[in-house]
Amino acid sequence: MEELALHILDLAQNSIAAGATEIVITVVEANTANSLRITMADNGRGMDREVLEAVADPFFTTRTTRRVGLGIPLLKAAAEQCEGSLTVESVLGQGTTVEVYFKHDHVDRAPLGDMAATIAAVIAVNPSIEVLYRHEVDGREFTFDSREVRAICEDALQHPKIIEWLKEYIAEHERALGGEQ
Amino acid sequence: MKTVEDLRRLREEVRNMTRLREGEAEVRIVVGMGTCGIAAGARETLNTFVSEIAERGLANVVVTQTGCVGLCEREPVVEVNAGDGRTLYGRVTPEKARRILLTHIMGGTVIEEWVTRN
Repeated sequence: MEELALHILDLAQNSIAAGATEIVITVVEANTANSLRITMADNGRGMDREVLEAVADPFFTTRTTRRVGLGIPLLKAAAEQCEGSLTVESVLGQGTTVEVYFKHDHVDRAPLGDMAATIAAVIAVNPSIEVLYRHEVDGREFTFDSREVRAICEDALQHPKIIEWLKEYIAEHERALGGEQ
Repeated sequence: MKTVEDLRRLREEVRNMTRLREGEAEVRIVVGMGTCGIAAGARETLNTFVSEIAERGLANVVVTQTGCVGLCEREPVVEVNAGDGRTLYGRVTPEKARRILLTHIMGGTVIEEWVTRN
């Protein structure tokens, strides 16, 4: 994947497939520590130990249309080629948390990419998912909470004009934050 | 910078539009958002449909998503469910998405050369 934001979109699909109603995405950049950490936590159905141990295996999938699952192995490989790491924690019936760590200045690290496009794509086609996003750069932060937008827009949240607005709103704030894009 | 007040105004505008258009035939656009689709550019395809629908003020055209349908090498795969039935398109770039919206969904003519079969 050319952007970490695409991996985030891909992991969000796992959360959606697991019946999550809330996805919490946290991106923390710390230049002094030379680290970029992405955490995705959902309240989906979670995994038991057996499934959890197999998620990094590219030949394991819960899907039935084909027998190979690549999402997590791809991201794990992307992290490890940057001297980073990926961990998955899950509690059956409660949810799953994926944490990825990258060395910020590693030459092979993909850029964070277009988080506005990723969040807009999740909200546009998933009426029952709330997205909570926080992007921290050296102590400054931008936060977005789809529940606040839903409180204003109610059933119009998924209207294409509202989605367009949200995408531009997030993009503006991401630019102003001055972190990775 | 965009403010919450802008959003409230937009919400009113959208509410009024929605009231006017009830009862029109519905078109569903389904974008494949499996790992294979996303890696091939499905996010931009999906967002292009959404922004073109917003720009043209099309009511009753709905964008939804599905997972991997087993056509990974032809992603991004898009299915159009309209009055003329179900059409599957392969390798739908943002530019093709725009053409599909104009020619097929608005114009009623299937773009045969981009049709793929499963």
